[in-house]
Amino acid sequence: MSNLPADLKYTKSHEWIRALPDGTVEIGITDHAQHELGDLVFVEVPDAGRVVKADEPCAVVESVKAASDVYAPLAGEITAGNPKLAAEPEVVNADPYGEGWLMRLRPAPGALAAAALLSAAQYQQVLDAEVH
Amino acid sequence: MVDFGGWDMPVQYSSQIGEHHAVRRAAGVFDVSHMGVLDLRGAGVRPFLQRLLANDVARLKAPGKALYSCMLNERGGVRDDLIVYFLNDYWYRMVVNAGTRARDLAWIREQARRSEVEVTERTDLAMLAVQGPEARAKAAQLLPPADGAAALALDSFVGRELGRWFVARTGYTGEDGFEIMMPAADAVAAWRGLNALGVASCGLGARDTLRLEAGMNLYGNDMDESTQPYESNLGWTVALAPGERDFIGRAALEPLARAGSPRKLVGLLLEERGVLRAHQRVAAGPAGEGEITSGTYSPTLERSIALARVPAATAGQVQVEVRGKLLPARVVKPPFVRTGRSLI
Repeated sequence: MSNLPADLKYTKSHEWIRALPDGTVEIGITDHAQHELGDLVFVEVPDAGRVVKADEPCAVVESVKAASDVYAPLAGEITAGNPKLAAEPEVVNADPYGEGWLMRLRPAPGALAAAALLSAAQYQQVLDAEVH
Repeated sequence: MVDFGGWDMPVQYSSQIGEHHAVRRAAGVFDVSHMGVLDLRGAGVRPFLQRLLANDVARLKAPGKALYSCMLNERGGVRDDLIVYFLNDYWYRMVVNAGTRARDLAWIREQARRSEVEVTERTDLAMLAVQGPEARAKAAQLLPPADGAAALALDSFVGRELGRWFVARTGYTGEDGFEIMMPAADAVAAWRGLNALGVASCGLGARDTLRLEAGMNLYGNDMDESTQPYESNLGWTVALAPGERDFIGRAALEPLARAGSPRKLVGLLLEERGVLRAHQRVAAGPAGEGEITSGTYSPTLERSIALARVPAATAGQVQVEVRGKLLPARVVKPPFVRTGRSLI
């Protein structure tokens, strides 16, 4: 089925979240999301220092056919936007869980615990339900 | 897959951008069987079409020659845009859009009631568009040698019956190629045959980026019943001469032709990163405001392009509102790309 690394958390809106050793999290869009969008031609990521609320639109991924918002999976402060994507948005298609990460965020106190994040298996169920 | 005028159609087979480049650089095939093919036959067909269409079929002298035309309502609004082929004095063939097909057919039959014209919808035919610099040479290989040679000898915008197929040197991509109408039972084998010759399967997504680069309008986006040809970059298709030809919509268009249309359809080239999309607002300074009718990312130019309906005085630089930000864009005359080359 879908390419869903087991060490990541997911959202219903097709973001993935990776916990980094320094306490920040890395955020991107899933393989399913990049595939549904098709060839990406424009990615806008937030600047470091921006404070976001959970579920706030904070990045944009645009393919030839559609523009889609990316939502902050949890509240916190952006520590980095992926600088590579301005010139090479297609990296998100080629490597959505690696080089194609969108942003890094330092979660607000308690935000990680409060966020209703999905396991790979739970996200797979979301995808299975979408097919019908 | 998406619904398109009641047809289940693929947006892409592999990669939309890959399919786009295949057509600009080599050859691609599109299933355009969703388009309506209408045969109009009878002793009165020529005068009938001279009343029905804004372009003048009297321009068609040689059998097989095609004409692009609008079909207007009485207010001069565009009911549809279409291609009409002159096959002989008693037979013309029309290709209309999928979304307007049923409405067109009802309208044409109503107009034809008092004419000696019989209208037949050719639902038995499939249509494949084979487009790109290598398209004609590849497609000709599907035909018996004599027919293949005849197909390759076709002039631009001319079609011809070759065996069971009607092969026309037309298209909607800005590249050379054929549109081939064939019995529906032939279509799968023809498609696979083209694939085997290296012709890429192409979906609706690539069709849209190719036509927009080529500066060709999409019915329902860039014009419809509420807009007239002069504000749709289609004034060149309205034949006002001879003055005595009384086509539907003429009375509404004549004052506009004299005074000039208050709005026009122009090309826009985005000067920053981002993607222009339909319905975004265009700020044209003192000229006023307009709206994007079609926008996309141009794979050939690697930047965003659009068609926009703007006040007639618009020129030079404008700004487009993209997600709350005003981005600079340059007004250009379409097409953006033809036969693989940038015209910008």
